Parts: sequence; C-alpha cells; structure tokens
Amino acid sequence: MSLKEMLPEYMIEFPEMGRADLRDLKKGIDQSFRTFTRENGEAIENFFYPLKMFMVWFEKLLLGTPWPLMILVLCLLVWLGARSITMVIGTAIALLVIGYLGMWEDTMRTLALVSVSTFVCIAIGIPVGILMSKSDRIQAVIVPILDIMQTIPAFVYLIPVLMLLGIGKVPGLIAVCIYAIPPVVRLTNLGIRLVDKDVLEAADAFGASPRQKMMQVQLPLALPNLFAGVNQTIMMALAMVVVASLIGAHGLGSQVLKAVNNQYLTLGMMNGLAIVTIAIVFDRVSQKFGKRLQKHSEKIHG
Amino acid sequence: MADNSIEVKGLYKIFGPHGEKYIQMVKDGMSKDELNAKYGHVLGLKDINIKMPSAKIQVIMGLSGSGKSTMIRHINRLIEPTVGEVIYQGQDICKMSKSDLLAFRRHKTAMVFQKFALLPHRTVINNTLFGIELQGVARAEAEERARHWLSRVGLDGFEDNYPNQLSGGMQQRVGLARALTNDADILLMDEAFSALDPLIRMDMQTILLELQDELHKTIVFITHDLDEALRLGDRIAILRDGEVIQQGTGQDIVLNPADEYIADFVKEVNRGRVIKVDTIMSPTAPAASLQIPTGSSLEFAAKKLTDSDISEAAITDTSGTPIGGITMKAVIDAMVTPATH
Repeated sequence: MSLKEMLPEYMIEFPEMGRADLRDLKKGIDQSFRTFTRENGEAIENFFYPLKMFMVWFEKLLLGTPWPLMILVLCLLVWLGARSITMVIGTAIALLVIGYLGMWEDTMRTLALVSVSTFVCIAIGIPVGILMSKSDRIQAVIVPILDIMQTIPAFVYLIPVLMLLGIGKVPGLIAVCIYAIPPVVRLTNLGIRLVDKDVLEAADAFGASPRQKMMQVQLPLALPNLFAGVNQTIMMALAMVVVASLIGAHGLGSQVLKAVNNQYLTLGMMNGLAIVTIAIVFDRVSQKFGKRLQKHSEKIHG
Repeated sequence: MADNSIEVKGLYKIFGPHGEKYIQMVKDGMSKDELNAKYGHVLGLKDINIKMPSAKIQVIMGLSGSGKSTMIRHINRLIEPTVGEVIYQGQDICKMSKSDLLAFRRHKTAMVFQKFALLPHRTVINNTLFGIELQGVARAEAEERARHWLSRVGLDGFEDNYPNQLSGGMQQRVGLARALTNDADILLMDEAFSALDPLIRMDMQTILLELQDELHKTIVFITHDLDEALRLGDRIAILRDGEVIQQGTGQDIVLNPADEYIADFVKEVNRGRVIKVDTIMSPTAPAASLQIPTGSSLEFAAKKLTDSDISEAAITDTSGTPIGGITMKAVIDAMVTPATH
C-alpha cells in the first residue's frame, strides 16, 4: 500500500484556487493597472519629460561633437580621474579602434545612457542611503526593496514600465536605474554606519549639529565605500544596456540584440567587446579616483 | 574671574531600556550584581556627588569598569543621566534644550579622548580648528588660533600632515591642541594619556601642568593610574563599581585611605612626593638658617636638608615669613610607609 492511498485527497492534489478564479484575479489586476495607465499615463510621461529632454540633449551633445574633440575630452576626463598617462593612452587607442570598426555612434549613445543613468542613480541613491543610515526603521523597509530590485528578473519590471511609458529612451533609462541603483544605496548606508564611533563621539563633544556631523565627518569618511558603490552602479548600468535595448534604448546594446536575433556572430562580438572596453575604462578610472580620495589613510608609520 | 566650578549632585545612571524603573530599588540598596541578574540592567553610576573646583584639576580615578568614563560623559551630556543634576554656572546641564546643549558643548567645553579620535581625513591643522570651525569662526582667524596652539604643544611644522602619519604621542598633542583651540572654560580629559608610553605620558603631563599654570581651566581628568592622579590632581575622587569611595586632595587620600581597597592602592606610592611639609610641620618656627617654602614636598625638603647637612629648617609662607618648622627625623618618618598599612 503506498503512502498516497493512505492520505486524504487534499493532501495529494494541491488545493489550487479554481482556474476561473485565478483567471479573474489576473485579469482584474491587469485591468486595473491598464486603467491606471490610461488615466495617469500622460501625467507620468510629463513627470519624466525633463529627464527625457536631458537625455536627448546629452545624447545629441555627444553625437554632435566632432570625434577628435570627443576623444580629447574623454582622455582629459580619464586624466583628471586617474592621473595615469598609460590609462589615457589606452583609452585613446580603445576609442580609435571602436570608431574605426564603425561603432562610434552606438558607443556615444551607450555612453549617454550610462552617464545619465549613473547620474540619476547617484542623485537618488546617496540621499536614500543617508536616510537609511540615520534610522534602523527606514533601513528595515528599504533593504527588502533593494533585495527585490536586485533579484527580480529584469524582464518582469520591463512590463509595467513599458505599459506606463511605452518604448523609448526614458523606459530604457528607468529599467537601467532600477537594476543599477541598489549598490550605491547599500554602500552609502554601510559606509556611514561604519564610521568610527570614537570619531563621531568627538564630533558630538565639540558640538557638531547632525547636519555638520553628516557633511564634515560621516560623508567624508564614508567616501571610500560610497565610491565603491558608485563604481558597482556604473558596472551594473553597463550590464543592463542589452536588456534596456529591448524597450528602445539605442546603442551598442541594440546592436547586440540585433546580432542575437540574426545570429551575426561578429557583430555581436564586436559590440559586446565595445561594451566591455567602456566598462574597463569606467571601472579603472573610478577605482583610481576612489583610491586617490583616501590617500590620507595609506601612509602609516608609528 | 567667572566661577567655572561644576557640581554633580545625586547622579545615577542605569544602562538598559527601562533604567528609570529601577532607580528606587537601587536607592533602597539593591546591588549592581543583583540588578543585572534579576532585571538585566547595568548600574553605571550610583549617587555621585562631586564638587569640582573652578580653575583646578579634578581627577576621577578608578579601574576599568568603575564608571569613570561614564561619569565624565555626563558633564557634556554625551550620556544622558537616569536621574541627577550637573550644575554649571547655575544651570543644570541635564535639563538643557538641544540647542543650548549644542552651544554649551561648542563654547564651554572641550574634550580630549583616550584613542585621540582625530578626523583621519583632515590634516593636523584642520583637525585642530575643527571645534572653532563648528563655532563658526572665520577661516583665517581659525587657522591663526590653531597654529598658535599647535606650536604651544610642540607641533610646529606638522600642520599639513595627516594624523596617520604621526606617532601616538604626537596625535594626542593634536588632540590637546584641538581642545585648547576651542578656548573653553572646561577641559574634559578621558584617559587622555593612558594610551601613551610612560616617558611620553610624563611629557604630556608636564605640558598640561605648564599650560594649566597660565590658563586656569576647570579640568576634569580621568585616569586609572594613581601616580598620574597624584601628580595632576588638585582634587581626586576615587570610583569603584560606580560609587565614589573617597574624595579629597592627593595628600588626604595617601594619609588617610578610606578603606582597604584604597590603602592597597596607595601602598606603592612615593609618599615623599605627595605629602607636603605643611602636614608635618611643628607650629613653632626654629631659628634655622634653611628656609623651605610652604607647599613643598617632603622629598624636596629632605633634599634641601641633606644638601645643607642640617637637621632643621623653617617653613615660610609666600611672603617669606616663617610659619613653622620641620626636622629631618619628622620628614623621614612621614616618608616611610607606616607599618599599619
């Protein structure tokens, strides 16, 4: 006699919700979201309009600048960040090769997307991280949200974003930001919480107001961690450009998508490697910059 | 001169989420262990009453866990008391509003910490002017004042170094300069020299005493080292398990230890340096050729007597008038630890 025969019916077959009920439930939620979209779509689009204009303006700026000037500007930025001549030369060669292989415009579009989304992530992420560090309760609310943002498959949140905003630059940007913002929030929070208690007590003893303490003690000392967060955010934004191209973010990502759809091996490889190249430049520059910020803690002698 | 004395009255601190609930039990005699075992609360301070004199160094001494660091943090309210008062210039610090407290901390107190607590991302000069920067002093003036105090503690030329580049002793000089730059009437020093090695500690004590000679601040100095306490303290309070078990001048404590615990402590003390000639002098001034000023230590008197190879000296007050006399025998008697201790 098997175990199954000994047990009552409801322990063998999962007591599912009725098929019709389930369909109604899904339909109901979809329907109400659609209604919400129809009623508020315009307002939401208007809300994001300035961001869209900024995005368009920035992309045009990058595309409109003559390529030699653009390479010069980028090399200058690399120099300012990393102070390393090798990295400047490496960046220049990488950009020249990318241009020579016909990927200049797509690279500029991707650069625009990644820059703007990083900017948005920092602008939202750092204040949220600060807020989190100030209250355990806020932290308890935000941590699970960040967990969801990092683990939920990107395609899932593409659906509501698409329904609300359609295909275009802004939905792409939002998708990238949802995926890329958690590290900067987490590491801002962590960095502030890790600041030495003795130093904080000294700030209190000398009469620092909460704001002075944040600006003059906590944030400066959290900077190395905070910067590691920004670095991770940039990397994750670059990793998202292919997925974002599904909902209309043009650039290297959309070329990769095209290559997948048509099995163009070389096209895929070339654009993929271009993304990798940008990632390496961003990563090394931001890491070097972060290291320079904490120069004070390196030389130790007793 | 303004009165900068601080009076601590009936101060209790019970650590834990509901400290105030157990105050009555502690007042009724519940012990620290019992409170911890039964209710999971820790008795930090119990009925502290100390009058800290203006412009003097008040030392609070005790071993670790005696509550001395908790005590000093009540003076600038880094720790909230469970009940009790800390009175300064007629005001109870424990009842100050947030903004008053902030102003009090900025202008009236400055603190030096055991682990220095310098800001690692700021240079020495920027650390030193941290306090007055918070006060809102303009940059140029702040820098000038900071430079002055850095030079006073012997750190000329290190202005642009980072704390990590300095040795422990030098870092604590920065800590001291930072506190002095604040120009506050009250200086709180929480085991300020404990982390330094013995020679540098002596050095820092000397610097502090020299500065105090001209600054006359009310200094509250925490230490676990009796020699340090006796050297620095105009008055000493000894804490054990959160209670004051004796307070008075160093000499009082060495001559009349309140209990076995303190007697054990003072046994090893160099009495010649602590006890003053005034304590043992006879009221009649001898017609001796040697004169020793009032307030001198026995060690000093003994040296004077041996140097001039006589056995009697007159004690004179500050104007040079004889007020009493001592003999070599009395000096040596008092310097030798009594057998009863």
